Amino acid sequence: MTHDKAPVLCLSGISKSFPGVRALSDVQLELHAGEVTALIGENGAGKSTIVKVLTGIYQPDAGTITVDGAEMRFDTADAAARAGVTAIHQETVLFDELSVAENIFLGHAPRGRFGLIDRKGMEAEARALLHRIGADLDPRLALKELGIASKHLVAIARALSIDARVVIMDEPTAALSHKEIHELYELVERLKAEGKAILFISHKFDEIFRIADRYTVFRDGQFIGAGRMKDVTETQLVQMMVGRSVDQIFPKRAHNIGAPVLTVSGYSHPTEFEDVGFTLHRGEILGFYGLVGAGRSEVMQALFGITRPSKGACRIGEDVAVIRSTADAIGRGIVYVPEDRGRQGAVKGLPIFQNVTLPSLGRISRGGFLRMAEEFKLARDYTQRLDLRAASLDQDVGLLSGGNQQKVVIAKWLATKPRVIILDEPTKGIDIGSKAAVHEFMAELAAEGLAVIMVSSEIPEILGMSDRVIVMREGRIAAELTGSEMTPERLVRAAAGIEKAA
Amino acid sequence: MNNLLKSREALLALAILVLLAVIATRFPAFIEPRNLANVFNDTSPLIILAIGQMVVILTKCIDLSVAATLALCGMVAAMLNGAGVPLPLILLAAVVLGAVLGSVNGLLVWKVDIPPIVVTLGTMTIYRGIIFLISDGKWINAHQMTAGFKDLPRAELFGIHVMSWIALAVIAAAVVLLTRTPLGRSFYAVGGNPHAAVYTGINVGRTQFVAFVISGALAGLTGYLWVARYAVAYVDIAGGFELDVVAACVIGGIAIAGGAGTIAGAVLGALFLGVIKNALPVVGISPFWQLAISGSAIILAVAFNARQGRSRGRIILKSAEHRA
Repeated sequence: MTHDKAPVLCLSGISKSFPGVRALSDVQLELHAGEVTALIGENGAGKSTIVKVLTGIYQPDAGTITVDGAEMRFDTADAAARAGVTAIHQETVLFDELSVAENIFLGHAPRGRFGLIDRKGMEAEARALLHRIGADLDPRLALKELGIASKHLVAIARALSIDARVVIMDEPTAALSHKEIHELYELVERLKAEGKAILFISHKFDEIFRIADRYTVFRDGQFIGAGRMKDVTETQLVQMMVGRSVDQIFPKRAHNIGAPVLTVSGYSHPTEFEDVGFTLHRGEILGFYGLVGAGRSEVMQALFGITRPSKGACRIGEDVAVIRSTADAIGRGIVYVPEDRGRQGAVKGLPIFQNVTLPSLGRISRGGFLRMAEEFKLARDYTQRLDLRAASLDQDVGLLSGGNQQKVVIAKWLATKPRVIILDEPTKGIDIGSKAAVHEFMAELAAEGLAVIMVSSEIPEILGMSDRVIVMREGRIAAELTGSEMTPERLVRAAAGIEKAA
Repeated sequence: MNNLLKSREALLALAILVLLAVIATRFPAFIEPRNLANVFNDTSPLIILAIGQMVVILTKCIDLSVAATLALCGMVAAMLNGAGVPLPLILLAAVVLGAVLGSVNGLLVWKVDIPPIVVTLGTMTIYRGIIFLISDGKWINAHQMTAGFKDLPRAELFGIHVMSWIALAVIAAAVVLLTRTPLGRSFYAVGGNPHAAVYTGINVGRTQFVAFVISGALAGLTGYLWVARYAVAYVDIAGGFELDVVAACVIGGIAIAGGAGTIAGAVLGALFLGVIKNALPVVGISPFWQLAISGSAIILAVAFNARQGRSRGRIILKSAEHRA
């Protein structure tokens, strides 16, 4: 790599750990004035963490941040902003009820007499800034009246107003239409021309090749490589993203697949997914892979009765099943272990045993009254089976560790004696040891004849555990892979929509 | 033992005992059993309403229309009495009407998705307005009520007033409902974590609806008791009483955010307010101080709950693990 100019901002040796997870390990990143650097990596590669380090939200455990050759510390979000780093987020962080001008100048509005905000001056400056980025918005409009693309423009104007030198764009095109994306590209060109250094995070390869000048690849929180876009091909980038030695060990499984349990055909939803169909068999683990926002969880929620599909049919065993509510789904033997276990899983404040029996209350009561002995027995059976470590089953779930809460949530679902279990990101955010235990357990469930659907964004997990993989992209099934077709490259290509090349 | 001292209910019971002891130093007759039974009897309406309110608060809602529901059902009961309807039918009508009024609140929260505080603030005013419409703003006084109608709450059974017996029966039924039935469990689950409750097959909106119906029915029952006991019905009876009811729940440790609280807490919270209300005039403290003391008790209770609810943080130091 030749250094024609010194980078504006340079991160080196950055490490960051969370309890049980090493999110970043000795990574480096350089951003150059007037150039777009694309940050590429799978979900969980550490991209969001590095953005948070750059914007002063997380403090790294080790490493240095240099701006123009001088070492800096970003202890607060304000310190990062003063150093000229600003981020435009996936969901733009702005205030709906305030006007465009107020959003742009919040915190650094021009002052007039008596130190009061000079509204006229602020609006004039806002108009000038907006004009500079080619946006014809009325600065007096309330932000909530604008579309997402215009909100991006406001965020960018805000970045310019604080004289940002580094602009971070975290998947800025995720929610934009085709036309809006092109306007965004033009804007990026303009920012480049103004000498801003831009960090562009995206999963879309066509986009990266269209606007980036340099790339940096992360994988599993580690720096893999960096260079100029013109020296690299798509295939090389994909290999850098996924090419890893499979160092995790997955349980050996007898592939003992039985009769179909769940047949889904033509499932569609007006805005979230279309024409999704598959068959799930007894004893099978079916993996669902895709980028975040590909519609995997949405399909699962429809199967579980949280949302209703507009079209499509679902059969359980031989019977046609109409699932209108989660109670219907549970009654039919389908259970769903959600991804966001804090919000959707355990009920904190209730003791462990009550959490376990919550979906099974009908089964353990007689004549409308709970049978406490039955309830305790059910809770004891399933928590023992999952090797839950807790002082007593009377303990509040909220006091357990994350891994043990996860066990309570899984015990809760197993206690309903399901036929189909859907696990959404079952090992997200838990440490390696607990991961192995969850994998072991999934293998056991399948061996007992349960049909398992595993939604996961982790390629090793998908490849190591699944009998079959369905890849979703933009709300549709992009590929169904079995046996020797299940390679990291095939998965990434299908998920990112890269044509078969080279 | 340590655990017992830590429980809110035990502390509240202790606070009530201390309060009684302090009162006894100035006015010993106050703690005679006969008088304590009277205090309980006086507090019965508050206890019944607090139990209904507690169920609503458990599901992350609030019912500000309880006092208006009480007044409307009480007025209807008094009018039915005037029309010569037999007492058992009047009682049934009051409870059913209360349940219907509660279901209006519940349906607006469940199906129209309006925040409970707004719904019940609105219905509170509407229900009072209805009383004015059906009564023409006139009072129904003692001499317009039959003796049987007025006597029931005051009748004695084993030395205790019927009104107290009704409160005790409501307490017992509520304990069974909340601790021993799937419905009771779902109140806690819905308030504790509505998202998780959806995933376990509980219909959050319907559970909240049922809570409002229960609160309404209990308010209806209390409506009859109130009108019969005080032998008067008019538009403004129990005006502002909904705040006492919410205060009893808050003092009793019912979490305003939902999902936590016990019947014992709600009952003790109501009794605490009841003791203050009954004792201060006897001891000769002005009504202004009564309000100030009730208010301070509410703030103290909330501050205490907030302290208890604060998470203790992560234990990182190995050496600290055993101390925690």
